[in-house]
Amino acid sequence: SLQDGKVIVWDSFTTNKEHAVTMPCTWVMACAYAPSGCAIACGGLDNKCSVYPLTFDKNESMAAKKKSVAMHTNYLSACSFTNSDMQILTASGDGTCALWDVESGQLLQSFHGHGADVLCLDLAPSETGNTFVSGGCDKKSMVWDMRSGQCVQAFETHESDVNSVRYYPSGDAFASGSDDATCRLYDLRADREVAIYSKESIIFGASSVDFSLSGRLLFAGYNDYTINVWDVLKGARVSILFGHENRVSTLRVSPDGTAFCSGSWDHTLRV
Amino acid sequence: MPALHIEDLPEKEKLKMEVEQLRKEVKLQRQQVSKCSEEIKNYIEEHSGEDPLVKGIPEDKNPFKEKGSCIIS
Repeated sequence: SLQDGKVIVWDSFTTNKEHAVTMPCTWVMACAYAPSGCAIACGGLDNKCSVYPLTFDKNESMAAKKKSVAMHTNYLSACSFTNSDMQILTASGDGTCALWDVESGQLLQSFHGHGADVLCLDLAPSETGNTFVSGGCDKKSMVWDMRSGQCVQAFETHESDVNSVRYYPSGDAFASGSDDATCRLYDLRADREVAIYSKESIIFGASSVDFSLSGRLLFAGYNDYTINVWDVLKGARVSILFGHENRVSTLRVSPDGTAFCSGSWDHTLRV
Repeated sequence: MPALHIEDLPEKEKLKMEVEQLRKEVKLQRQQVSKCSEEIKNYIEEHSGEDPLVKGIPEDKNPFKEKGSCIIS
């Protein structure tokens, strides 16, 4: 998703643009693929999350089939489909997260508890049940029960905004990246922070984190244009990746774990 | 539409929400970190053998590798 109001779907092997949609607002902040691969959801400063079915038919306009699903009272910072194409979870600058039914646009559940903008969210791996974690400008990461709308656990050890949260592959822990230049690992069963990934030389915020397939490595993109790779168990940095010419704003490991992609303010996506 | 706009809430309400939340969390069953860390370590060691980004990918299987150009001699 881009800040000039467009959302683009790419083929990562051929580097071709598969689809492009222009959104009515200029700042698209969040996008997500539906589990079936047949639709995408995106949103941003328009305070909404809209779903576009993907079509390879050149005669059909994607914008025409757009469905507005979520409505918040402030910008949309993150969105994710749940286990199916039928429900979407959203996070917003209005301090709440919400679960929506895609077909009817109905609000199914709302999650109140953050004291400021919610910047990110991640769903628990399906085997571990119906929870998700969110991070916000109140420096907190909160774990929610999707059915009851209750916050199950909250963690406040970061010293600044939590920009990114990602569940550990087994679902028993999650990592977060923050403007305080650290990434931290929280164990859900112990209910506390168990590791902190930081170096004195790293002074810029971490914008995005993700685990490798086994959870051995933690990849984190930073505002100093680099990507640091951390050994999750040892707490030490394994590698530092240079290449981006501006802030790394997002990072995601592929589902099969063979590669990861980073997106940056330098207008590129790198695999 | 979620009815809350967090900036509009007075500080007292926000603090009440926090205290309520903490009251709920006091009742959580917590496990020892030593046990949980052991489990995380075991999980990682079990799976890292199969993790492509840890063990590396053979050059010929890498779909992103630059494809060699043809040289006509």
